[in-house]
Amino acid sequence: RRRFPRLRTVEPLEYYRRFLKENCRPDGRELGEFRATTVNIGSITTADGSALVKLGNTTVICGVKAELAAPAVDAANKGYIVPNVELPSLCSTRFRSGPPGEEAQAASQFIADVIENSQIIAKEDLCVANGKLAWVLYCDIICLDYDGNILDASAFALLAALKNVQLPSVTINEETGLSEVNLKQKNPLIIRKHPVATSFAIFDDTLLIVDPTAEEEDLATGTVTIVTDDEGRLCSVHKPGGSPLTGAKLQDCITRAVTRHKEVKKLIDKVIKSIKPK
Amino acid sequence: MGATQEEGKMATEGGGCCLRPFSCEQGLLSRPDGSAAFLQGDTSVLVGLYGPAEVKVSKELPDRAALEVLLRPKVGLSGVIERSREQLLRRTCEAVVLGVLHPRTAITLVLQVLSDAGSLLSCCLNAACMGMLDAGLPLSSLFCGVTCAIDLNGVIVLDPTTQQEQEARAVLTFAIDSTEKKVLTATTKGSCSVVEMQQCLAAAQHAADTIFQFYRDSIQRRYSKS
Repeated sequence: RRRFPRLRTVEPLEYYRRFLKENCRPDGRELGEFRATTVNIGSITTADGSALVKLGNTTVICGVKAELAAPAVDAANKGYIVPNVELPSLCSTRFRSGPPGEEAQAASQFIADVIENSQIIAKEDLCVANGKLAWVLYCDIICLDYDGNILDASAFALLAALKNVQLPSVTINEETGLSEVNLKQKNPLIIRKHPVATSFAIFDDTLLIVDPTAEEEDLATGTVTIVTDDEGRLCSVHKPGGSPLTGAKLQDCITRAVTRHKEVKKLIDKVIKSIKPK
Repeated sequence: MGATQEEGKMATEGGGCCLRPFSCEQGLLSRPDGSAAFLQGDTSVLVGLYGPAEVKVSKELPDRAALEVLLRPKVGLSGVIERSREQLLRRTCEAVVLGVLHPRTAITLVLQVLSDAGSLLSCCLNAACMGMLDAGLPLSSLFCGVTCAIDLNGVIVLDPTTQQEQEARAVLTFAIDSTEKKVLTATTKGSCSVVEMQQCLAAAQHAADTIFQFYRDSIQRRYSKS
């Protein structure tokens, strides 16, 4: 098959349409096919939990640090989970260094919503002493290489990192009232649900392609991200504008997302099992 | 240009399947090219629109208008939530505005939250659409925002108040387009089953008819006066 390199630079949309007519994409994938997904857990030893996820070229790393803090007055038995997505200028030329841009902030809000909607961790599990002490989990998600579909990769990295988190046991000394952290005795975090995000790009108002690359995202007329959990429930339908879709097309996206959830769950379970206990 | 005020109501069909009384005032600000204030129950949002106007070279797009949305909360500084909503509103407006008719220009929407008593995002969407109508921007279709809440018993409540939103299991906001009632924008809070989502979508599409009729009536009334 001829590659048409000049057409790709001069008329990228026309170049893509030629492939879409044959129901495939320039990198050889089908419209419903994901890129090769790899995950590496526990690579950052200074963090309490970490994971590196690669979706094709898109590389995202998540590090979780646990600190102790006083819980809020109106939620005395709840801890905090604070996610932050960073898109540094390292990952792509489209991002300049400086304060976080709109895309990074929107991605941070998306991850915060996924955590809240799916109840991935019960905040009550993060409480150490009611009203006095609770864990704060700072989840830093940093993109190292931006090639599209940052939301799926970030959500996956977050899930994998949280599964890797080991919290030290904390006891409160009755006499002094101070907390004592025992770093030798660690307990894994209880993950209640496993939310998985699946993103689609809308082409020419009708075609839906899964897991878009950066080039495909730029040419797309809209995006949809569906987050499902273990029981096939919807944790999030995120469609920020873009081409309008019928309810039936949305249903197709959800069906594909449910299938993807099974694939991702299998991958995470395999990786967790392969980690040798310390 | 005098301000015009319109009121609309959705007939009660029983239960929570009706919208709160809503009203709109257009052309109330003198400086922006278009302005509108949309009230849904006690929630109100004011929008001012500038454009198509001069654009900074760094932001200019060679083939279409560059759209920018600024959302200011009622209290405090804009945070991450406002950025996320701005992105949502911007991409919704970009889907309907015929930007190719005004290349190398900037269209700016500034939304100010006046009061928040639930269903804020759908009020912002409605205000943005009415503002664009007031400014006379070329649009391929109109859109309206509808919020649905699924309470603990599984009952769908349209246009929920703040309390109904807090007690609900899930809150879904849809932007429906006027030509084919397709979903332009969707955002959800909380978790729900797929069937419930489809039911909410159907309810939102049904409620959208009332809002579009209201848009039609208010524009008709405005232009038949002058």
